Amino acid sequence: MVALQYLSRRTAALLVTLVIACTITFVVFHIIPGDPALLMLGTEADPEVLTGLRQELGLDLPLHVQYLNWLKAVLAGDLGFSTRLKRPVAGLIGERLPVTISLAVLSMLLTLVISIPAGAYAATHHGQPIDYIIVFASQIGMAIPHFWLGILLILLFSMYWKVLPPGGFVQWSADPWKAFLSLVLPAFALATHRVASLTRITRASMLDALTQDYIRTGQSKGLPKLSLIYKHALKNSLMPIVTVAGMQFASLLAGSIVAEEVFALPGLGRLLLQAIGYRDLPLVQGIALFIAIVVVLVNFVTDILYMILDPRVRYK
Amino acid sequence: MAVVWKEKQLEAEGRGKERASLFQPPCKRASRVNICVGAVMLLAIAALAVISALSIVSPPNAMDIRARLVPPSKEHLLGTDHFGRDLFSRVAYGGRVALKVGLGSTVMAALLGVSLGGWAGYRGGWWDETIMRIVDGLMAFPGVLFAIMLVTVLGPGMKNTILAIGFANLPLFARITRASFLSARNTLYVEAARALGARPRHIVWRHVFPNSIGPIVVQATVTCSTAILTEASLSYLGLGIQPPYPSWGRMLKEAQPYMGRAPWLVLVPGLAVFFTVIALNLLGDGLRDWLDPNTR
Repeated sequence: MVALQYLSRRTAALLVTLVIACTITFVVFHIIPGDPALLMLGTEADPEVLTGLRQELGLDLPLHVQYLNWLKAVLAGDLGFSTRLKRPVAGLIGERLPVTISLAVLSMLLTLVISIPAGAYAATHHGQPIDYIIVFASQIGMAIPHFWLGILLILLFSMYWKVLPPGGFVQWSADPWKAFLSLVLPAFALATHRVASLTRITRASMLDALTQDYIRTGQSKGLPKLSLIYKHALKNSLMPIVTVAGMQFASLLAGSIVAEEVFALPGLGRLLLQAIGYRDLPLVQGIALFIAIVVVLVNFVTDILYMILDPRVRYK
Repeated sequence: MAVVWKEKQLEAEGRGKERASLFQPPCKRASRVNICVGAVMLLAIAALAVISALSIVSPPNAMDIRARLVPPSKEHLLGTDHFGRDLFSRVAYGGRVALKVGLGSTVMAALLGVSLGGWAGYRGGWWDETIMRIVDGLMAFPGVLFAIMLVTVLGPGMKNTILAIGFANLPLFARITRASFLSARNTLYVEAARALGARPRHIVWRHVFPNSIGPIVVQATVTCSTAILTEASLSYLGLGIQPPYPSWGRMLKEAQPYMGRAPWLVLVPGLAVFFTVIALNLLGDGLRDWLDPNTR
């Protein structure tokens, strides 16, 4: 019962945040530049062509009417129409999604597999040399720009050692192994910063959990050490880890724009960059809105996970 | 696991338990080491920037086509790029640009964010709800994405980059300030001040704000390092700082086609960003440990 109340509260917050995100997108693209038609065609365009474009985009209507029309369209799933590629934005996004999702999932798996054990190990061996090494490594990892790391990885693995492709992407359906190989380096480049960050969080959270009384009780009871660490300490320290991991996954899905540029992957991020280059404002707006919606949804899923992991949360 | 009991003992003695910095300080003295190391590294970058400003080195945009892609030598300390421009002076000038963008956007985000968050936190009620909802909406856009959006509509260039990154980092400051102000509102000293007839403005400036400054300062260093990374990403994508100003990010982009022939072109700008970001992170960690009331 309490769970249902919690869910309904989180759903209400979700809807409000979605509407506000939509509004912010509209404001950025319609109010700030002043005249999207001018922005798209340039200041030297023919006035008649400008008027035609304005009518086509519905810019001659009053602002609040434009906003409501656009909101209605978005709710129906219509994210706009690309003026350069002459296709609906939603379709274009759908085409590029598989690459971005594959990269995001691979990167997230890598992050989780490395950082949680590392953080837990550092916490259980606190004060010993390995702890210092892990903390030092995470400091380094957080400071490396991921696109620089990507370039260095290409230098090492594609040019000197020639084991992995330097970029480009083969569709999964055509050649799954090659597709996987072309995602390895980008996944590593993206994962580094996140591994560093998540390891710090895991370590801090585990250290908190390990000093609790129930751990001491468990040890005096004679519980096996592995069970103590993983079943009790780790499970209870999951909340901050899940928070950060959720945020990281959301930002990964958000297009990993620079990584796709470095490795020439045909994903969402690259579509966005091309749209910006061609001043295809409807496409840019559609992608930006899509990413924001995905982020809000992932945060919502994280909230649901909270509810499952820590029943006390339902009473907040 | 005996280590964990030692931790409990230390904690009982009043010393903190976990430090996640380069030199793990169990006490304030060692946290000062972090601050010093970070500050020194940052000063090195600033010194480079100043050197470039005083034109002691060769101008960053002077091309010498005869000396293209020269490896590090006595004449060109870090080599030259594909246009024959001296890499060392470009990196130094790029430091100036990076620091300008970092500081500018941090100050902007801090001023706007603290004002909004402080207002929401202190007034509470309807103001709080509305402002925080808007902040939540802003946080739905990942930092780089929001910066890209703003630069798309405003155009590239240094001023717009600072504006864009500043706006993207605003929500964090708002949240932190609101939390501090909210908790300060319920303290005894504020209640006492109000009972003595102090006006709200006096309470905020004299009592609440000075006690909230700690987390804001720490967040400022974090924001500065994120801002520098974001600026490098934007410039790499061609959306940030435009020619003729050198930018570490764009230097990496221009160097990428030549990385087989001239790897130093790709190593040096990245190292510069790395160095600056680590300096800021160390400074931030040290400050956070120093300001943490749990450390003796």
